[in-house]
Amino acid sequence: MIEFTLWDILRNLALALRWTVALSLIAFIGGGLVGATLLCLRLGLGRKTQHVIGAYVGVFQGTPLLMQLFLAYFGVSLLGIDVSAWTAASLALTLYTSAYLVEIWRGCVEAVPRGQWEAARSLAMSFGEQLRHVILPQAARLAIAPTVGFLVQVIKGTALASVIGFVELTKAGGMIANASFKPFLVFGCVALFYFALCFPVSLAAQHLERKQHGRTA
Amino acid sequence: MIEFDFGAVLAEWPLLLRGLAWTVGLTVIAVPLGLLIATLGAWARACGSTALRRGVGVYVELLRNTPFIVQLFFVFFGLPALGVKLSPEAASLIAMTLNLGAYGTEILRAGIQAAPKGQWEAAQSLALSQTQVFTRVILPPAFKRVWPAMTSQIVIVMLGTAVCGQISTEELSYAANLIHSRNFRAFEATFVALAIYLALSLITRRFLLWAGPKWFFGGGRRS
Repeated sequence: MIEFTLWDILRNLALALRWTVALSLIAFIGGGLVGATLLCLRLGLGRKTQHVIGAYVGVFQGTPLLMQLFLAYFGVSLLGIDVSAWTAASLALTLYTSAYLVEIWRGCVEAVPRGQWEAARSLAMSFGEQLRHVILPQAARLAIAPTVGFLVQVIKGTALASVIGFVELTKAGGMIANASFKPFLVFGCVALFYFALCFPVSLAAQHLERKQHGRTA
Repeated sequence: MIEFDFGAVLAEWPLLLRGLAWTVGLTVIAVPLGLLIATLGAWARACGSTALRRGVGVYVELLRNTPFIVQLFFVFFGLPALGVKLSPEAASLIAMTLNLGAYGTEILRAGIQAAPKGQWEAAQSLALSQTQVFTRVILPPAFKRVWPAMTSQIVIVMLGTAVCGQISTEELSYAANLIHSRNFRAFEATFVALAIYLALSLITRRFLLWAGPKWFFGGGRRS
């Protein structure tokens, strides 16, 4: 039998951490792109689109991420496509992230005073120009802090991908715990790895928020 | 062509119902305990000594910056190594309670910070003790202020129970897994469970937003 030293545990967890980071980035960037597209659709098209996107947000916020992962995993394979855990996890987490981000960003756009839209329109700007030159620069400034804060949620969300067999930090922790018979130590280390990843992001979000309040006050 | 067979899943309704009962039951027990911890935590942060404030701060940040599933595994697989043997249900409850406690502390703290300093002073000038000031004067409006955020967090904790199936707590997602291991209707079983979760979260949110002000922290006129 192989003896697991603390060093072995830490080394293997650190290796698995890569995949947590990679999946987080995929979900965050993909979710950002999908979310931005949805936001533009929501702003540009009529009331019906708003309702559809509202329902999309409601479904993702009102159901467990774990079940969304399962549904992506089983659903895509129903279409006859052989899904890896990578594909399913990326898909589910991207959609999940997009739903939350579109909601966060919508709030930021709504926080821009109505007069700004009207002023831009009175300068004969097209809708695209109004968004690009007037509304989005102001909304983006408001959006930075909550968006960074949500990144923490995404990182923690990737832990659930372990359940559909994606070997990231949590799954690796489970495997090492089974092999080493040191679950207390291993899961403690796993938690600390996540903490080391998430806490700086949380602090950054807090810092940005405080800076923003200083500016608006 | 894909053929769906939801009938095969719905035929197992007793399992789904039992799963739903566990999900609701775990939530109903964990939420009051979590809110109690949140209240104590918020009290410690507002009135406690420096050491206590630091300790609570570490608890809050540790729990808020690690995934729930890791907390659950730590409690269920990790603690027995120290001689604390837990059933899956007890481990789920502990993890849920501690999780809500941490988030709740942070949410409630924001509500307490929003209380004007004059309220503390006015209450103290009426010769109320420190504890009385906190529980009678500061806490109810603080709860009222943050109740929408707290409601969201409670719904998140309830949806989090889906993860507890991974340590064989027999809640709704566990029931869905059990059903599709019997009839191989994985997509349908997951879909049905998802729909139930959605309905449950909508109902819970409505209920809490209605029940909170009505029963929990007094009438609508104050604040």
